[in-house]
Amino acid sequence: MERLTFDLATTSLRELNTFLHTDAKEGKVEAVTVVNPDGAHNIAVGLDCPVSVEVVGHAGYYAGGMNQSATITITGSAGTGVGENMMSGKVHVKGFASNGAGASAHGGLLVIEGDAGLRCGISLKGGNIVVGGSVGSFSAFMAQAGTMVICGDAGDALGDSLYEAVLYVKGSVKSLGADAQYEPMTDADIATVAGMLDRAGLDHDPKAFKRIASQRSLYHWNADANQEY
Amino acid sequence: MCGIVGLLVKTPALRERLGELMVPMLIGMTERGPDSAGLAVFGQPLPEGERKISLYSGLTEDGADFNWLGLGHELKAHLGVSTEVEAKGNHAILSFSLSPEVVKRWIKEHYPKLHILSTGRSIDLYKDIGTPAEVAARYGFAGLKGSHLVGHTRMATESAVTPDRAHPFTAGEDFCLVHNGSLSNPNGIRRMLEPRGISFETDNDTEAACRFLEWRLREGDDLEVALQKGFEELDGFYTFLMGTPDKLALIRDPFACKPAVVAETDDYVAIASEFRSLAHLPGVKHAHVFEPAPEEMYVWNA
Repeated sequence: MERLTFDLATTSLRELNTFLHTDAKEGKVEAVTVVNPDGAHNIAVGLDCPVSVEVVGHAGYYAGGMNQSATITITGSAGTGVGENMMSGKVHVKGFASNGAGASAHGGLLVIEGDAGLRCGISLKGGNIVVGGSVGSFSAFMAQAGTMVICGDAGDALGDSLYEAVLYVKGSVKSLGADAQYEPMTDADIATVAGMLDRAGLDHDPKAFKRIASQRSLYHWNADANQEY
Repeated sequence: MCGIVGLLVKTPALRERLGELMVPMLIGMTERGPDSAGLAVFGQPLPEGERKISLYSGLTEDGADFNWLGLGHELKAHLGVSTEVEAKGNHAILSFSLSPEVVKRWIKEHYPKLHILSTGRSIDLYKDIGTPAEVAARYGFAGLKGSHLVGHTRMATESAVTPDRAHPFTAGEDFCLVHNGSLSNPNGIRRMLEPRGISFETDNDTEAACRFLEWRLREGDDLEVALQKGFEELDGFYTFLMGTPDKLALIRDPFACKPAVVAETDDYVAIASEFRSLAHLPGVKHAHVFEPAPEEMYVWNA
């Protein structure tokens, strides 16, 4: 069997996820289509095999969360925490995504073609995120590793308390967070952005992006800072 | 948690189906708010000089057996006012041509356990404890008609699970508010409002927000100015949805801690905490679906 369709109007979410965790993992199917997701939570969470899942419509909270190896496409919008704690594989949202998209993702690629809400990529731990639109405030807060490419604008406090993650923004940034700073774009940066845009299927000039990374001034305790950052 | 829903129909023909379209929205928010539910519906206003009040008898000894017609007779005997009574179990809507303050004062004096849910020319309000499906069936929400409504499903965090602490809250006339979230300074707001003669009925944080905004409106602010003052004064997490006779308004706190999603078509604007409450609406697959931004005002006209 190459492709199987689950209709969440008539099939339970548990049945879908159980199938994806067992039969799909055993290689019984290559691709799964999910229709009438209707905002259900936890669609295709915790997958651990290279299956391809297409969700036709709007997904609820945590879609594709903890993903490992699978390729998950959502044709509509995604709720809070899409691709949260992803390990590998790809989650691709064609519409917009709500708050906390890609939070603490360790690996893999999260693509959001529309806007992302607040706290996108918060505590990113090695995953890659490409946002075709804009991101809300506090995005990449405490992001430790990985890369974010933002083709639109960013809200307040972008990259607050950044560790070693690197952010690239094409549009305007309302404000940078504590310890985040603009840095010059090198050829390697331009190649990184070009590669991520290519994998995301988005067409932008990689030279038009600005690089934001950590000043690393918060890495060591400064007793003289008097809590002023 | 809590769930909020709102629906404003643009196509006049859909006013007949307002309740029918809304009930699945409310039930869709059961997981977010299983302990109480309520809604306020706005319809064609009564003529100038007439008022209606929504009343809840569930806290009286007679409960759903409350003698509503008897109440109408007593109001006639004592205040000389004819009332039209539309009763269903523990709920009734009384319409009359008299100052509502006179009627309400009489009711509070003679039936202190009768809870006055709302006052105005356009608003009818229902709220009670129970699951959204139970509350919707109890009051026949599916048959409600009107131009717009706001609804709420409650998972209590800030005050007890009682009918009077369910949402929507109202203050003044033809104004109501539902809230998903929790405020951190409701007592400060109360301390500011009480010396101005504004009294509170519960210890609920949402009531503070509702009375604050209604106070601003009564002081002459238009809705947008009042909401801007709300951003400045109200601290905490909130998605607020408000109704007036001709408007639905939505705001979210600057951190967008509580969700909201909007679906708009040529026929309606529908708002809910999550898309799963909008999924059944006709034509929603082709609707303009978006997430309202934090600290922005969204106002739709009925």
